[in-house]
Amino acid sequence: MRKRLWLCIGMLGLSLGLLSGCTGNNHRITVVGSTALQLLADQAGNNYRLAHPGVSIVVQGGGSGTGLSQVQAGAVQIGTSDIFAENQAGINAKKLIDHQVAVVGIVPIVNKDAKVKNLSTRQLRAIFTGKLTNWKQVGGANEPITIVNRSKGSGTRATFEATILAGQAAAKAQEQDSNGAVKKIVSSTPGTISYLSFPYASDPNIQKLAVDHVQPTDQNVSTNKWRLWSYEHMYTKGRTTKEVRAFIRYMLSAKVQKQLVPKLGYISVKTMQVVKDSQNRVQRIKVR
Amino acid sequence: MTEHQKDRFATGVIYFLVGIVVILLAGILGNILINGLPHLSWHFLTSESSDFQAGGGVRDQLFNSVYLLVLTTIISLPIALGAAIYLSEYARDNWITHLIRSTIEILSSLPSIVVGLFGYLLFVVQFGFGFSILSGALALTFFNLPILTSNIEESLKGVSATQREAGLALGLSNWKTIRGIVVPAALPGIITGVVLSGGRIFGEAATLIYTAGQSGSLVDYHNWNPLSPTSFLNVMRPAETLAVHIWKVNTEGIISDATAVSAATGALLVLVVIIFNLSARYFGNKLYQKLTAAK
Amino acid sequence: MSKKDTENLKDVVNQAIDSQQVVHVKLKDIGQKDVDIDKLTRPSKETHQEYWGRGLSYLAIGLIILLVGSIIGFVGIHGLATFFRDHVNLWQFLSSTDWDPTSGPNHVGALVMIVTSFLVTLLSALVATPFAVAVALFMTEYASKKAASFLQSIIELLVGIPSVVYGFLGLTLVVPVIRAIFGGTGFGILAGMLVLFVMVLPTITSLTVDALNAVPKHFRQASAALGATHWQTIARVVLKVATPRILTAVIFGMARAFGEALAVQMVIGNAVLMPYNLVTPSSTLTSQLTTQIGNTVMGTLANNALWSLALLLLVMSLFFNILVRMIGKKGAK
Repeated sequence: MRKRLWLCIGMLGLSLGLLSGCTGNNHRITVVGSTALQLLADQAGNNYRLAHPGVSIVVQGGGSGTGLSQVQAGAVQIGTSDIFAENQAGINAKKLIDHQVAVVGIVPIVNKDAKVKNLSTRQLRAIFTGKLTNWKQVGGANEPITIVNRSKGSGTRATFEATILAGQAAAKAQEQDSNGAVKKIVSSTPGTISYLSFPYASDPNIQKLAVDHVQPTDQNVSTNKWRLWSYEHMYTKGRTTKEVRAFIRYMLSAKVQKQLVPKLGYISVKTMQVVKDSQNRVQRIKVR
Repeated sequence: MTEHQKDRFATGVIYFLVGIVVILLAGILGNILINGLPHLSWHFLTSESSDFQAGGGVRDQLFNSVYLLVLTTIISLPIALGAAIYLSEYARDNWITHLIRSTIEILSSLPSIVVGLFGYLLFVVQFGFGFSILSGALALTFFNLPILTSNIEESLKGVSATQREAGLALGLSNWKTIRGIVVPAALPGIITGVVLSGGRIFGEAATLIYTAGQSGSLVDYHNWNPLSPTSFLNVMRPAETLAVHIWKVNTEGIISDATAVSAATGALLVLVVIIFNLSARYFGNKLYQKLTAAK
Repeated sequence: MSKKDTENLKDVVNQAIDSQQVVHVKLKDIGQKDVDIDKLTRPSKETHQEYWGRGLSYLAIGLIILLVGSIIGFVGIHGLATFFRDHVNLWQFLSSTDWDPTSGPNHVGALVMIVTSFLVTLLSALVATPFAVAVALFMTEYASKKAASFLQSIIELLVGIPSVVYGFLGLTLVVPVIRAIFGGTGFGILAGMLVLFVMVLPTITSLTVDALNAVPKHFRQASAALGATHWQTIARVVLKVATPRILTAVIFGMARAFGEALAVQMVIGNAVLMPYNLVTPSSTLTSQLTTQIGNTVMGTLANNALWSLALLLLVMSLFFNILVRMIGKKGAK
């Protein structure tokens, strides 16, 4: 019995050796990083593969930090990130090339019990720095405020803090690292407040907030009236192969930007009337 | 309290605790199955998953889960068996053996994400296997070996010394005694070990996210050539398993029927584990009967 | 056997044949050439098999040591870099509650996570062990074989449920109940403990069943023959004999609880705050590790600090391991 087992292992090892030798004739593009961008890249990758059978595109999550460090190390061809490489510690942004492939809006959400539909930027800041502790203080129900933050270093949190907190430190609070968990917690726990990116916020069990009476719509994002938004980046390093370049071109093509991007709840970079840099400075695009 | 009263009291306590556990288990399994089974359909089992539209299935994830389990068991069972035989039969009772045993035990408390990242850096990046079933199976072997080895070692130790002595008295070599008497006698325990670790493999997500990946590739079930990149047997393709699918749908999924898909996948996973456990026990018993002439 | 020994043996046999001292052998029929000393003294097929078998098992253990060594070395190198390369004070790491490694080496304090991990693991194992032992006793000493194997397969089933599912069950069932009873948000050590209780129960139970089954039947028969009640037999014979292995089962249960991440992370609240009671949000080693590691870059302080948490986890479970072993040795005496 055992002999046969060992034989099997030997055979397996042999076939594996053969296999690893054979994978070279197929162009493999590995995209690793931001979980937020994963859906879009995955779907675009699948469509692209159907049209280009010789190229296989492998899309994986792992977090923005992983994406950036792996593309910097040259382990993957494309690293995806929610934040600018300049803002990630340990990354030399000068060596990477930034491709902004989509824009994503971020919206504060509360549990419906709080009975609040709009907050000013100042109120939001006071809540997340721990100065306001009851919904009564902002015109809601008499209910203590529970903050559910995103985990430190996540792109969504970085954008939120840069726009809302204006340099103040956030109060120590619960942290969750995924949109799904945040949504579940906010919808089930009275008095909670958090924030989500637009594609995840379409749940009827949670209350989206307007900020300074501006509604969180794609239209308002494209004019920067809604200030909570960030880019989804695809980073490449140095000279890339023509397959990688072709795929990134495809990501920016009308087919992806006009159909897939809005379908998944993202906002096309082509519709943006403003640009943002890594210092969070916003500029209008000059109309040609 | 007389001894008989004590006996009755203790029996009562045991039945009470067992009752609580049974209610708890039934509640959990019932919850998963009741929520999930209504969404389980033939269509769900045989169609591809969808990232953003409702109505996706789990065909590839189901196959990947089983395939990964088989590969991991093929790799890890012989190693665990050999190591367990060493620890229980050959190793001297000294501090080195204790050290080895303790190290194996503490390794099983490493969070699976650490094993995942280790596997990522070693297999995916260093060895260049990429996100693939192979990387996943190797990482799962790391994750699986400690508990499997200790389980098998325990069941080998459970075989009474008289059986070994009988073998040696017949003039068999130590190794033949182990192979012909001890291992077959310990088979039920070994099967339990395999079933338990198989369950853990089915349910494991964090390790696989970084090694086998969390998105599939196009798979062709008519392509039996394991060297072809689209073949379902190819071990170099990335693969998402059922558990990873549940994780992904729950944490980052935007499909409108996420709750249903996750519930149905959960129920499916329970069913698959049931089938796996039953068949492992069935074949284990068959083998046990054949090897030991026990009925 | 050396060549000299073989020669000696040959001489002895030849002498015996010459002097006809071996009475049972009809020496007339055998000449000196019929005794093939070389063949008799060569290692037999059995011996070869023994070498092979032993070799295979040595190979396997060697492989495991290599695997274990490499992963511990890997965690060790990254984990120790926090102290040697980034010059974080070890004492501060162990005693400070200020955890914010992105802000610099003065904010790397893991006390909150250490305390919470310790509490959650210990409490869940403490609660789960009586239940697990009771179920195991029921299966081995009370129930019929059919009922026992049915219960066993259900328990083994629970191992296969992914931790994410447990996490969401905890989030939707346990947390609201705790909130309703104790107030607050419901997130915290208590919720984590309850979820872990269910998760470690199968591990401890099935290993305990193995332990009890390994107690020889004649022990029980001897005890019963002495007139002991069922419970006396269980308490004074079966459990006593099985104690070391039951403790091993508990170690594995605790190890699983200690390393569990995804489920705990959803119900513990994940706030780096000292747990003043069981129902305030806190954070475990694994929950920090899991939520943060994807957002940090290899080689930075923030990343190394997380590996230090993993190293700490190993050291702490080593501590548990030694502790339980010592208890087991005392119990065995």
